[in-house]
This record gives sequence, structure tokens and C-alpha cells, in this order.
Amino acid sequence: MSFLGYRRANGQVGTRNYVGILATVACANEVALGIANQVRGTMAFTHQQGCCQTPPDLQRVTRTLAGLGCNPNLAAVILVSLGCEGTDVAAVAEAIKATGKPVAVLPIQESGGLANTLAKGTLLAQKLVMDASHISREPCDDSDLVVGLKCGSSDTTSGLAPNPALGLAVERLTAIGGTAVMGEVTEFIGAEHILAAQAKDEATGRRILDLVERMENRAKAVGVDMRGGQPTPGNIKGGLTTIEEKSLGAIAKAGRAIVQDVYEYGERPRVKGLVVMDSPGREPELLTGMAAAGCNVIVFTTGRGAPQGFPFVPVLKVTGNRNTWETLVDHMDLSVHEVIDGSESMPAAAARLYDAILGVAGGVTTKAEVSGYFKAMDIYVTGPVI
Amino acid sequence: MIRNAIIIDAGDNIATVLRDVAAGEEVVAGLGDEAVVLVAAEPIPFGHKVAVRAIAKDEEILKYAAVIGAATRDIARGMHVHVQNVVSLRGRGDLEPREK
Repeated sequence: MSFLGYRRANGQVGTRNYVGILATVACANEVALGIANQVRGTMAFTHQQGCCQTPPDLQRVTRTLAGLGCNPNLAAVILVSLGCEGTDVAAVAEAIKATGKPVAVLPIQESGGLANTLAKGTLLAQKLVMDASHISREPCDDSDLVVGLKCGSSDTTSGLAPNPALGLAVERLTAIGGTAVMGEVTEFIGAEHILAAQAKDEATGRRILDLVERMENRAKAVGVDMRGGQPTPGNIKGGLTTIEEKSLGAIAKAGRAIVQDVYEYGERPRVKGLVVMDSPGREPELLTGMAAAGCNVIVFTTGRGAPQGFPFVPVLKVTGNRNTWETLVDHMDLSVHEVIDGSESMPAAAARLYDAILGVAGGVTTKAEVSGYFKAMDIYVTGPVI
Repeated sequence: MIRNAIIIDAGDNIATVLRDVAAGEEVVAGLGDEAVVLVAAEPIPFGHKVAVRAIAKDEEILKYAAVIGAATRDIARGMHVHVQNVVSLRGRGDLEPREK
């Protein structure tokens, strides 16, 4: 036993036990938020997608919402639909139902508008939260962890301390049967050869290189130098000069673990161990993608101090920048800055980080959770709004 | 000597400074158990890079034993290595042939 979690009907393990109120389209956000505001124990997921988009994006939105609903941190799900959107709401509901958890669809147009849907949804959410409160935490293993890896608002300390410490923790987790999901494909650019060499075979390595090429081509299609977008102005102020430098620091999060498989955005890994998921670096889309992939904890390393969390997946903030640790006290959960000045060894920092992951999995509250700093969220799209 | 910078790989031509370094100040850059000592030619802010040897225009900038970009001008030992004298070699849509 390593932590206490919520074991779901399909065997997956939740580290939290919320009722999810998911808007299936941007036009349903108000009602989803309204229900969530009325009922403690719920978490709303809102976004700007789900209609008037090209079919590949609509398919990605559908797949992502299904993944979010299936996330084991949700005991039950209410899908708030407008009724005329491009999202395949029936497919989302069907996928969630297959996990064995309760799921209901509330179409606003059929339910008689805001007030009526709000009333219906509030009563239903109250019942689902009370039902969920009967579920107890039970002993779970490290192998039940699906940990998302993220770095944001990076500076040069990120690649020196928190990312390598997380890499060691990932090596330990994956060696004993846990899963780690590595995203932020933009931040493989310039370091992809190293990650591809860590793939379990040549075909898997090739798929990593293909993902990077696709992402780089999207950026190049705009016809400009992407510096300023990646690395960001904050990265540059922090001393990161190019995307290559940022990437070489970023991939340290994977340690030397073997990449077992490669997935599209929001897909749940079908294997254990370290996997790569297509995704951009930006927080709202990346964190959503990790949650949709079924991550039950996300570890987020930061240099300058990124505050964002996610509504129903705890996001553990780790910095290696002493100034950030000392000034952003309501955002940082853990600091490994003493690795940089030599007063703590990297393995010792990695062990503290691993313990913090288990603690958060068992219910220890993160700074992003206690402050409610998790309302910027969205689903990744690559095509135009039409 | 107290180290105020780090060289990650022996082949790297830059060090990362671990605190603000003033112009004329000594940089003691740790490389494993060894250290490379040089003088900062200009102020180097915390977390930024300093050249540990002379780098010629168009030469690759090496960190983590990997290429992080190329010099746009000659960079003397002790100078600040950053966006003013280094370009990225990736994601350069500006260098792509335009589609007809």
C-alpha cells in the first residue's frame, strides 16, 4: 500500500472524489458553472470549443470530453449540453457510462433554458454528490498512479533542479508499474533525438519525431521565427535563449525512463510506464489533455512561478528557484532549490518529490486546490473557428 | 572558491550563473569536481549564460552537450550569451521558402 485512493468500478483509481459538471460546448458554460456554484462537491469544466469547427477539431473535443468524464477523480458526471452543438454528446455519454459511473445529459434547449436546467441540474448534482460521499478511500499502489508531467513559466533553474528531480521520480514510478504522461511536444523541439533514443523501439522513436515535426511545421506555417511565442518573454527574461535550450531542460522531466508508447491529445494510455502524448505547452490546453488522458495527479515544475491548477486533478507545484519559493508562497508546494546551491543531493530532492506525489494522491491539498486557482482551462484545437 | 556558475557538460561553451554577476566580477563555474574561472565582461543576470571560451559568429552554442542555437556575431569569453547574440535554429518559419 502506498496511498489511499478511490477505486472505481473499472479498476482505475481516483485521488479525488468529485462530481464533474462538464459543458459539452462553450454555449453551455454558464449553466455548468451555475450548477457547480450551487452544489459543494462538484467541479465544473468549461471551455471555448464544441461548435463551428473543422471535423478533426470536433473529434478531438469529443474525445477530450469523454476522457475528462472517464477520469477516475470523478465519481459521477453531468454533461451540460446546449442541444445543437458539433460535439458528439451521445458518444461522450456512452464512453463515460462504460466506466460504470453515473452520467446524465442535460440539454439546455430541451430543458427550458437557464433557470429550468439549473434547477434540474442542481437537484441531480446534490443527489450524485451525496451518493459519492459513501465511497471511501482504500489502499492503493504506486502502480495505480497516472502522473502528468508539466513544466511552465520555466527559467534556467527548471532544467537544473526540478525537472531532473522529477525525472528521477518518474524513473522510480515507472520501474514499479506506475504511469507517467509526458506532453508539451513543442518543448521537445531541439531535444527530440534524446527522447526518441529513449523509446522502447525504433518505431516508437519515429512516432515521437513525427509528432515534433508536425508541431514544428504548424509553428513554421505562420512564416515567422517562433521565438517570443516559444520560448515566451518570461522564459527569455529567465535566461532561456532558444526553444532548443528550453526543450533540453524540459525533457529532463522524463529522466531516463523508457518511452513505451505515443498517443494523441487526450487519449488514455493503454500501457503502463512512461508515455508521450501530443499536446502544446500552454497550460489551459496541456492540463486539460493530461486530465483527459486519465492522470490522477499532475506534477508541474516552474521557475518563475506558474499558478495554474486543474479543477478535479491535483496539480503539485515544484520550483528550483529560491526567489519564487520565497515570494510565491500561495502557489508553490515544494522547492528543490537547495540542489542548485549544493546543499541537497538530487536523489534526496527526488525522494521528497516522490513522497509529495504520494501525499497529494492520498488527499493532501495542493496550493492550487486551496486557492481555487484552476479556472483557466480549454481544449486544444489546431484548425480555424468557422 | 565559491561557485557562482555551473557548466553542465565538459563540451559546453557556456556556463549558467547561479546569482547575479557584475561586470568585472570573477565567475567560478563548476564542472563536476573541477571549476573554470573567468571574468564577466558585462553584467550576467541570475540564470543567464556566460561564454566560457571565445565563440565565433555562426558557431553552435552548446549546453547539456547539445546545440541550443548559433552565434550571430563573435562572442568573447566572459560575455553574456543570450537573444542579442544567439539565434534559434528551429521553428524558423521566417527562413522557410514561401508557398506560392
